[in-house]
Amino acid sequence: MASPTSIPVMNEGERVDDYLRRYERNELLRFLTCGSVDDGKSTLIGRLLHDTGRIYEDHMAALEKDSKVHGTTGGGLDLALAVDGLKAEREQGITIDVAWRYFATARRSFIIADCPGHEQYTRNMATGASHCQLAISLIDARKGVTTQTRRHAFIASLLGIRHVVAAVNKMDIVGWSEERFRAIEREFVDFCARIGIPDPVAVPISALNGDNVVKRSEHTPWYSGSPVLELLEAVPVDRPSPDANFRMPVQFVLRPDLNFRGFAGQIAAGSVKPGDRVRILPSGKETRVRRIARAPEDGGDAPLAYAPQSVVLTFEDEVDCSRGDVIVCIGRDPAVTQRVECDLVWMQEQPLVRGQQLMLRVGAKQTACTVRRVRWLVDVDTLGTQPADTLRLNEIGRVELECEERVVVDGYRECHGTGALILVDRMTNATAGAGMVRLATEAGSKRAHWETEALATLERAEDKPSFVNAEERERRWQQKPRTILLYGPPGSGKTREAHEMERKFFDQGAAVVMLDGQAMRRGLSKDLGFSDEDRSENLRRAAEVARLLNDQGFVVILAMAAPDPEARERARELVGQDRWEARNMGAR
Amino acid sequence: MATEFTHLDELEAESIQILRETAASFERPVLMYSIGKDSTVLLHLAMKAFWPAKPPFPLLHVDTTWKFREMITFRDATAKRLGVDLRVHINQEGLAAGVNPFASGSKVHTDVMKTQGLRQALDQGRFDAAIGGARRDEEKSRAKERIFSFRDKHHRWDPKNQRPELWNVFNTRVHQGESIRVFPLSNWTELDVWLYIWKNRLPVVPLYLAKARPVVERDGALIMVDDDRLPLLPGEKVQTMKVRFRTLGCYPLSGAIESEAETLEAIIEEMLLAKTSERQGRLIDHDSSGSMEEKKREGYF
Ligand SMILES: Nc1nc2c(ncn2[C@@H]2O[C@H](COP(=O)(O)OP(=O)(O)OP(=O)(O)O)[C@@H](O)[C@H]2O)c(=O)[nH]1
Ligand SMILES: [Mg+2]
Repeated sequence: MASPTSIPVMNEGERVDDYLRRYERNELLRFLTCGSVDDGKSTLIGRLLHDTGRIYEDHMAALEKDSKVHGTTGGGLDLALAVDGLKAEREQGITIDVAWRYFATARRSFIIADCPGHEQYTRNMATGASHCQLAISLIDARKGVTTQTRRHAFIASLLGIRHVVAAVNKMDIVGWSEERFRAIEREFVDFCARIGIPDPVAVPISALNGDNVVKRSEHTPWYSGSPVLELLEAVPVDRPSPDANFRMPVQFVLRPDLNFRGFAGQIAAGSVKPGDRVRILPSGKETRVRRIARAPEDGGDAPLAYAPQSVVLTFEDEVDCSRGDVIVCIGRDPAVTQRVECDLVWMQEQPLVRGQQLMLRVGAKQTACTVRRVRWLVDVDTLGTQPADTLRLNEIGRVELECEERVVVDGYRECHGTGALILVDRMTNATAGAGMVRLATEAGSKRAHWETEALATLERAEDKPSFVNAEERERRWQQKPRTILLYGPPGSGKTREAHEMERKFFDQGAAVVMLDGQAMRRGLSKDLGFSDEDRSENLRRAAEVARLLNDQGFVVILAMAAPDPEARERARELVGQDRWEARNMGAR
Repeated sequence: MATEFTHLDELEAESIQILRETAASFERPVLMYSIGKDSTVLLHLAMKAFWPAKPPFPLLHVDTTWKFREMITFRDATAKRLGVDLRVHINQEGLAAGVNPFASGSKVHTDVMKTQGLRQALDQGRFDAAIGGARRDEEKSRAKERIFSFRDKHHRWDPKNQRPELWNVFNTRVHQGESIRVFPLSNWTELDVWLYIWKNRLPVVPLYLAKARPVVERDGALIMVDDDRLPLLPGEKVQTMKVRFRTLGCYPLSGAIESEAETLEAIIEEMLLAKTSERQGRLIDHDSSGSMEEKKREGYF
């Protein structure tokens, strides 16, 4: 008989010390469940706990009783009730708030966030995802990939999750059809490729009956992969790199007596040792680390500290440093700025509006801020973006904030500890939004060129107006200038469509110019390759040309791959909202 | 070079970050010290988080006057050894009204002496943040708890009115009279707690270790006769048995288990083989189903 706790079993004759040392070294993996309502997320977690023996006898007895009263399984064991702990949840048979559960095997310790699938509680799913390294996306085999499946996968990727397992559930109801499974797998893998999740894995399961959850199922001889638990044990855990740029937000200044002044905080990235030169931001003062102070009973001062340790540092010099400051290594500085651009998940009933005042919190820093503008809203179904001036509950968009004080931030992709922020309503104190900082300078950002200011010595065109004005041009050409972008992957027919469109405009007597992405690459963009950045830059150049031509009164048709919604959005801003139109020619 | 960073180290770093946020963000935080194993870890983490200074908040024990005597001895010795500011609160009105676990029943006793007592103490101290040692893996409604859990002016928990909690960026803002309960051990399991105690050689109340003790069997539970206030029912008789406790509360409400585990290692070994949850010995959890959620709504920890 295995022990009824989930924790790794003690070996025959193993001493407790040895066992504990073994258990202590277990790697910790945090994962969440996500997907549409009723796809079986809670049932899967209940099943995992049950089949690894994590449900104690007294809990099991209660579960059997509850299943008869609230169960959705006709009196049989309803494992979701092991997880759905709130009264309202049990009565309605749905998950409302994240449930945190814990279990361990001989290889790993797990922290699970079982998230709600209901659209109304999307913000709770985002909350769960912010703590996790892996997501299990549940998909009902009968329904396949739904909008909610996509929304959750997109939010997971936005929050930086790189590992996703698609658990195709309720395979028992579709007769264990391999064909059905493969179709769903294909669709999901394709979607993941579009949102930048590498190597998603799909598993056919029945959470209700336990097939391919802990044990391999005999119903799926055609499936050669691992059951869910094995995947969870095998996926590489992302550890913070000690070589990253050192960042430590100062939480607390310790001053027990006149001889000691220590700065307490949790290292957000990188590592530090005594003697290292560091800079304190936002002031920019430099000093050296003297000690990583630790009590004698903890082994005395440390020779090295690294993320995510909580430490106390002292400095060589009497520099000014207080809560909210960030200690960083000399080298690549974070941004020190009042203006912050971020991807924001809005979590409050009342919509976010331009000009709204909020409290912002990043690291240990708190400051008032104002919403300068909403740049765009993301349509999670199509992954497209659209102009917007508000964000409603559970919507995601790009916003620009103006802080009352300077804040020290990194791009979220580079460092979560200095790139994640929350916004708090000043009246109700509710947490109104969660943001991921986007910097023009961060690696992987395609904004560098879009945002580079033109040389200050160059005067802008409107400073010396042309002798021909816009109305005269309109009268001459009998048209309003505009730019139409046809975008989509190679083979989507965008160039052909663009030529046909050009012909039609021409036949109607319009002054029209067609610009093809490929043609651009032969000349204007021949220095560019096919990386994300270079594709983005190619679009920027096309948009700049289109703007110049629009200013001359021409209609412009662009045929480009333009896969990145952010780049398209910037092109729209560059050409001008009222002159811009984008059409997706993509097969998908 | 200390390259091995274990999952316990990760939990410790996370808890210390939470304790420091609490101390920095609130005007009058307090650490609820309940003497048990979780409090032991919590207090150790608080000492560590602010070393070489003392924790910048007092400890508070809400004494129902029915705690095991060994708990009280241990409590006072610990406060003295660590040099921390320990405050003890007793609901004097409850005491005067003669509330006790027998005449009033476990439910009323817990409500008056513990829940009301706690609210009184928090109000009197005008504490705006109360740090507690509860863990999410203890119970199914606790599994839904925030780390910074919001309470209204009446100390009530409303599961529908909790703030989204992302990353380790906490929303610590409250209006006058409202408060936050802070749970730095949220992500620890029972095994993690014992492992940490074992690794750091932390002293615990001896009641956790098996010893011959006087007990009576009542409603299927073994109740320790800790003093002469326990009225014996007809047919009950005191026997000496080798027992220990998995959780500690008021002695007439804490069920002991028969055990041979006299050392920390032995406890851990027994726990690995346990078939029932740690709270099973807590008689007050079983008054009615959904019991914990209701008590929490009323302000219980
Ligand atoms: N036949 C069958 N039914 C299942 C399976 N998995 C779950 N169910 C049933 O599907 C229903 C919903 O399951 P839950 O686990 O509550 O779904 P959920 O995804 O957690 O739902 P929310 O959290 O409310 O979004 C329940 O009635 C389950 O018993 C399965 O593998 N096969
Ligand atoms: Mg659920």
